[in-house]
Amino acid sequence: MSILVGGDTRLVVQGITGREGEFHTRASIAYGTKVVAGTRPGKGGQTAIDGTVPIFDTVAQAVEATGANTSVIYIPASGAPDAILESVDAGIGTIVCITEGIPALDMIPVVEVVRRAGARLIGPNCPGVTSPGRAKVGIIPASIHMPGRVGVVSRSGTLTYEAVQAMTDAGIGQSTCVGIGGDPIIGTTFLDVLRLFHDDPETAAIVMIGEIGGSAEEEAAAYATEHLRGVPMAAFIAGRTAPPGRRMGHAGAIISGGSGTAAEKIEALEAAGVRVADSPTQLPRLLLESGFRP
Amino acid sequence: MKIQEADAKSLLLAQGLPVPPWEVARTAEEVKAAAQRFLDAGAGRVVVKAQVLVGGRGKAGGVKLASSAQEASEVGSRILGMDIKGITVRKVLVGAAAEIVKEFYLGAIIDRASRRIVLMASAEGGVEIEEVARQSPGAIHRVSADPLLGLLAFQARSLGLAVGLRDPLLNQFVAIAGGLYATMKANDADLVEVNPLAVVAETAADGTPRERLVCLDAKITLDDSGLSRHLELEALRDLDEEDPTDAQARKLGINFIHLDGSIGCMVNGAGLAMTTMDLVKHFGGEPANFLDVGGGARHETVRGAMELILADPKVKAILVNIFGGITRGDEVAAGLIEARAQQARAVPMVVRIVGTNAAQAARLLQEARFETATSLDEAAEKAVAMAKGAAR
Repeated sequence: MSILVGGDTRLVVQGITGREGEFHTRASIAYGTKVVAGTRPGKGGQTAIDGTVPIFDTVAQAVEATGANTSVIYIPASGAPDAILESVDAGIGTIVCITEGIPALDMIPVVEVVRRAGARLIGPNCPGVTSPGRAKVGIIPASIHMPGRVGVVSRSGTLTYEAVQAMTDAGIGQSTCVGIGGDPIIGTTFLDVLRLFHDDPETAAIVMIGEIGGSAEEEAAAYATEHLRGVPMAAFIAGRTAPPGRRMGHAGAIISGGSGTAAEKIEALEAAGVRVADSPTQLPRLLLESGFRP
Repeated sequence: MKIQEADAKSLLLAQGLPVPPWEVARTAEEVKAAAQRFLDAGAGRVVVKAQVLVGGRGKAGGVKLASSAQEASEVGSRILGMDIKGITVRKVLVGAAAEIVKEFYLGAIIDRASRRIVLMASAEGGVEIEEVARQSPGAIHRVSADPLLGLLAFQARSLGLAVGLRDPLLNQFVAIAGGLYATMKANDADLVEVNPLAVVAETAADGTPRERLVCLDAKITLDDSGLSRHLELEALRDLDEEDPTDAQARKLGINFIHLDGSIGCMVNGAGLAMTTMDLVKHFGGEPANFLDVGGGARHETVRGAMELILADPKVKAILVNIFGGITRGDEVAAGLIEARAQQARAVPMVVRIVGTNAAQAARLLQEARFETATSLDEAAEKAVAMAKGAAR
């Protein structure tokens, strides 16, 4: 088993004909993901990816015709909230939104509608989810993965790749890698993913990649103290040297009013028994020192 | 994006909130003329407030009262040109000094944990809310606006009651709270703060004294992701307080923050960019900037980013760290090759490109004889050594 995506994933790609949509759909298919449909309003009936993926006008049509149960969104910020809601309405259970730059106020009602529908949204502004050897939904490069038993959860995109690469280089495989996104309003939090890993029999250790801003790492630390004692865990927090008051790229990454600093997060994690690395390259060693045996 | 008090007040006014009149002045003469107008209109005293985007201007002496136009002019000339936390004061707000009976705090923020707009109120107004949160957290009352329906009247009422307001001020408070929420929505703000929200003593038109709630100060920050649909708000960007490179970075669509070190960094992704800075520091160097070229950067972005880095004369070495996902390594490599062919000064550079299309990138970089690195630690270490070598 894995979490969120796996062998039973049947993926519909919203925005399959765009530059990024097409490029990353090819990579997902090459990885073995079952991409059953794409959507592009007005192009229903045509095909994408060299004639291999049928295009539908709506997600609902795609679900009806192909049994799609998961969607990934490569649609610009102005249309992405609507794309998420369309997926929810069509009964999609897992929605992965890659799009960056969605205004936070747009996401507030969207995450609420997702929650009420009992669906799960990953992102926005996230790299997606990969269950190595099974399915890859989103833009995480295939080459960095190796199947295994470490669950990886991260607020960052490329920094996740860095951490996963370091693990694979060290011969440590992953059960599922989840990029939850760097925006202030996201569908799935660290805490949600930790709960899923906790319940996943194939995940034996956890790596967490956080960054400055907010208090999600502290909440995760509190959960770890309560529920993950005995589970080997290692973490990395980006932004130790970030100046306060400046938004470091991600809308969520800002030290404000002296809170949300890397130091506070590191302290909370270490108090919960989580080893915190100085560089992502140290993560494999810290996992092993925490008692993880690959 | 942060905006000045005067602009924030305009946005509140546009939503019908009670904001006393003000004028913005850039010279002592303008301060004097504005003060005279307020005094002629019946004000006993005027207030002159520095317009800067940093907090703590009151403590720094940037807010003063004056009883005459002449005094206002003198106060204005002292405040204009004053340095507040590294920012030179270029303009002041002038208004009638209110007769304050009591001060409250009222703010609307986007709360990440609850994923809702939260309104906070406190009867301890006029001081920094962070200070209240530290000293007496129980003094801050909160309500979460409904994510689908917005701020409901009963929620606003409960907040007003919690800070001790009663009729007729309670109804005014409810309207103001609704206005704060509306201001946030109308402008894609992520923070709207009125501190103090003050009960002021006034004389009504018929000569009877009365009390009224007014917004005496205003602080608004706008969600950068929302700016593209509020083009009129772009005019509120205060270029006086901006690093000149900021505008260039914005045009390129990259995130750039100027820092004080000697190692220029070009990275894709905010988290990795911060990590790269952290590692530069870890290996004994100092980053010259935070630079995230964003997802899917094409070669023209890379070229522009390189120009931004090189515009800083303190830069002695450059570290390029690209982990391709949506970004394609070969496009970045092509951009670097182009940039180097055109760059004004030679600065040693180490390039690490991994992930999507890394093999093609490696071939391009090898043909062009770039210094490369495999791991992030190695890249950071090399860049630090290069910067130290160049400094010697």
